[in-house]
Amino acid sequence: MTNLLRNIIRFALFILVQVFVFNKVPPVHEFVKPYIYFLFIIWLPFTIGRAPLMLIAFIFGLTYDYFSGTPGLHTAPCVFIAYLRPFLLNLLIPQETTQLSFAEPSVKSMGWGSYATYVLILTFLHIALLVFIEWMEFGDFLFFIGKVTATTALSLILIFIAEMLFPRKGKYRTNAGFSQ
Amino acid sequence: MRNIIAFIRHFFNLFLFLILMGISLAILINYNQTYQVVFSNIANETTGKVGARYNAVEYYFRLKKTNEALVAENAELRGLLKQSFEGPDTSSIIKIDSLLKDTLGRVRKFQFLPAKVVNNNISDQNNYITLYRGAKQGAKKEMGVIGPQGIVGKVIDTSNNYCRVMSLLNRNSKVSAMLKKGFYTGLVDWDGKDPRYVTMHNVPKSAKVKVGDSVLTSNLSGSYPPGIMIGTVAAIKGDPSSGFFELKVKTSTDFYSIQYAYLVDNMIWTEQKQLEAKTPKDK
Repeated sequence: MTNLLRNIIRFALFILVQVFVFNKVPPVHEFVKPYIYFLFIIWLPFTIGRAPLMLIAFIFGLTYDYFSGTPGLHTAPCVFIAYLRPFLLNLLIPQETTQLSFAEPSVKSMGWGSYATYVLILTFLHIALLVFIEWMEFGDFLFFIGKVTATTALSLILIFIAEMLFPRKGKYRTNAGFSQ
Repeated sequence: MRNIIAFIRHFFNLFLFLILMGISLAILINYNQTYQVVFSNIANETTGKVGARYNAVEYYFRLKKTNEALVAENAELRGLLKQSFEGPDTSSIIKIDSLLKDTLGRVRKFQFLPAKVVNNNISDQNNYITLYRGAKQGAKKEMGVIGPQGIVGKVIDTSNNYCRVMSLLNRNSKVSAMLKKGFYTGLVDWDGKDPRYVTMHNVPKSAKVKVGDSVLTSNLSGSYPPGIMIGTVAAIKGDPSSGFFELKVKTSTDFYSIQYAYLVDNMIWTEQKQLEAKTPKDK
């Protein structure tokens, strides 16, 4: 399966799972909402340039937004983490070796520590911006703090479970596959 | 000139980021005003279709509950039929028709259009419902939406075959309501916390409210027929700074499992709105 095909399938799958499974879960509390769709952006391959990365995130966020009925609300945080992703990756990993030999960010390609930091920071920023936009509309500081904390924690648990359930092989890219 | 181009090239990603961010925020802010654009119509049709597919599966698992709700409603409506009130001597013939005027000269005000729920959300701060009935089938903006057990929301957008409903569970929704006992009017909205409860404001402290009292739609709201169930009072809070109660109302509609709804068409509302839109001339 090529990288392109795999990511197209992921695109559809993440949106459908979020819209038709996690959004249907009856809310336990107003602070707790399971979000996992942005894992798509976290898992995108290393080789995508910064501009295409942001455009993909924009289209992805907008598609999800049309399903949830609030155009723009999830798009802005998606673009935001897509913009920050390359900076974070440059900081966290030895670029030369990893980005040439692995396809996409994973535990195998980055190591537990770096990958956990990477996921934690992006998840936190994504949800913080998302709740911040909501907060601008409704205005309640306790709501902001509470929802960011609780939702980030829940999302991290979901991402952890997703990593356990679908172990990606962290395939080496050979010279034959390297066609740029 | 060259420097400017070099500058733009150097910060291209930052600019792209700012532009995309700006677009998404603009979409969000203008959402309520410029939602009529063609793009939203296409998007609405597509997501509606996917929602209908999903609902076909979900619907099957909820059949039992849906049946119960519809049977209960049928029983209630049968109870209202004139045959149920037959006296010893009757001379009335019942005809069910959809004429504009009945034989006594009364004008038909509300018409009910059934629609299937194909997409429903309860876990957000602003929740929306999609119904499988669009402009071609008579759905219009501002129509009220009621379910078998009580009110559901209000139509905010229509495409050819689907319409989007702002659920009662939406931060922006406001419904004019009254208590069944005493006819005290107030305003019902949702605080975004628990999808089972809404809040009723502006009930004067002179009202003798008890837990369990019914809350109905008032005759001031044009979208809903008066006297449709909203819910029952679950808790009473007095606001010490004002002379008003704040009532916690348990919605009678079960938003978790709603499958069918009726669009309410107020057929003579246009006239009322036209009159109200005129500037008063009393001088």
